[in-house]
Amino acid sequence: MEELIEKLKLQIIEQLNLEDMAPEDIDPEEPLFGEGLGLDSIDALELIVLLEKEYGIKIQNPKDGQKIFFSLSTMAKYIKENQK
Amino acid sequence: MKELFINSYCHIKNNRIFVDGKLLYSDKVADSLSLFAKSGYRYIKPSYNKFFKMDEISKLGFLAAEVLLSGVNLTVYNEEDIAVILSNSHSTLVTDLNHQLTIDDYNNFFPSPSLFVYTLPNIMIGEISIRHKLRGENAFFIVENFKADIITNHINSLYLAHKANAFVGGWVNQSENDYEAFLYWVSNEGNILHNAFEINKLYNLIY
Repeated sequence: MEELIEKLKLQIIEQLNLEDMAPEDIDPEEPLFGEGLGLDSIDALELIVLLEKEYGIKIQNPKDGQKIFFSLSTMAKYIKENQK
Repeated sequence: MKELFINSYCHIKNNRIFVDGKLLYSDKVADSLSLFAKSGYRYIKPSYNKFFKMDEISKLGFLAAEVLLSGVNLTVYNEEDIAVILSNSHSTLVTDLNHQLTIDDYNNFFPSPSLFVYTLPNIMIGEISIRHKLRGENAFFIVENFKADIITNHINSLYLAHKANAFVGGWVNQSENDYEAFLYWVSNEGNILHNAFEINKLYNLIY
């Protein structure tokens, strides 16, 4: 799981253009949206694309997004459970 | 009604940033707008992380506005009274093409939401307006080349109709191999009369 989290950190920094951020700046338990990493609604859409493009996972129910993308840890857990 | 004047202007071209005709910053290494925008940002230090999420033309407009408005006391104006009237020849063509690349291949079809949202030049005005809290009228004209009279006429008509009393006007363009930003601040104060002749003179100062 740790390896996946580290990979996700790099992918998120690249995909979301978080240029001033290093992987060690991202706490896996910290919320991705709001007060945590401060991502916005467009970032949320990019994360959905990232899941599909890099891991072949399509989110069927958009309401699940809130739980899946709560933090890096929840995102990694979802990938582990759903990757074919 | 009081006359309008230009009291500040900014030009970004060929990896150089000029303010009021004086060189503020130059980068001899950057070989693309993407790299120059990044080095210009590091020099100006606006501390605005959203900058990195913008498309290249928005970064260009953002930097020009940042430099232009750093010398303007915006607090003396109502936010609703400051208008932004810009123009260019290539709209957001470079960003449009970048977005097209994400949807070209049927077997690798992943349209990028963050690119898509920038496929309109008005978005650049939005980024500038959000940064500087400008809530007045705005317009973006697509024309073959910089035409001072189009911007001047629009600004004058807004002013006469009491829709705004201060303005950011100019040109922000990016083509595949070139880029240029020329912005100026128009208000009741200044030494340069606001007319097409004077604006063209300022525009042609920098090669």
